[in-house]
Amino acid sequence: MEAIPHAKELGIWFESIGQGVVEMHMNYDERFIGDPRTGVIHGGAVFALLDTCCGAAVISHPEQKGLTATIDLRVDYMRPAKPGQTIRAKATCYNVTRSVAFVRAVALDDDDDRPVATASGAFVAGT
Amino acid sequence: MIKPRPEPVQVIKQRRDEALGVLVSSIPYIQFLGVSFDRRGDELTAIMRYSDKLIGNPGLPALHGGAIAAFLEISAVIELSWSSLWKEIETPSDAAQGTSILSQIELPKTIDFTVDYLRSGLPRDAYARARVTRSGRRYASVFVEAWQDNRDRMFAQAKGHFLTPKSLTAAKGSVS
Repeated sequence: MEAIPHAKELGIWFESIGQGVVEMHMNYDERFIGDPRTGVIHGGAVFALLDTCCGAAVISHPEQKGLTATIDLRVDYMRPAKPGQTIRAKATCYNVTRSVAFVRAVALDDDDDRPVATASGAFVAGT
Repeated sequence: MIKPRPEPVQVIKQRRDEALGVLVSSIPYIQFLGVSFDRRGDELTAIMRYSDKLIGNPGLPALHGGAIAAFLEISAVIELSWSSLWKEIETPSDAAQGTSILSQIELPKTIDFTVDYLRSGLPRDAYARARVTRSGRRYASVFVEAWQDNRDRMFAQAKGHFLTPKSLTAAKGSVS
């Protein structure tokens, strides 16, 4: 994460990395709170985790050479993340064309069965 | 019929700025990203001051897509809360309770948020303006555009849907 200052600032780390499949975690941090009444972290922090994880999934894909950039990313927020719990993001780069890589991802807290958020987006392929 | 004298401009300005200040300072993540708001009447411009910790690609260098998305989402949430509260802020009789109402206000919850990255974010300050395109009883639609040096060259745009908090629905009902 030394290579990505903002991800480092958010305390994001690699949990696992495969071929086009990446899992990243982000600890709960009071600085990320978006709703002071509930202590729930801001959607933007979850978005940043998902974006980082999706970008890494693209770079880890065997057909991708070099770095990438987000073209667009949509995040659906299913429910608030439980305050205090680590957020786990799992991204899959499921298709790479000559110019575009397609990615989807899910964000979970301690509850494996009910996602906190899902994401899907397009990234630049083959810079 | 004697029309009441308009309030002195300083009184109005102070009340608006106080309300905005309470709203913005209550959210830790806004402080974390270093986002502030510039107000002209009811128009808000969000400002994200450049800082090295916002970088995603040090080679270029370029701002992190996640920081840009968070900046736009913050702009949308604040614009939505601000436009919902505007009527209350503008009612002088409520002025005394104004800030206390504000501190209890439920923030709109994001349903979904989609960001288009049009250009890479340069290592400079960024600006954003959000527009509520639909404000309903259950949800609201918000569009956001962001730029850096030139207002005409957006570097990101976003749209999102937000659940309307129950408290705001109730407030709306009581006003109309």
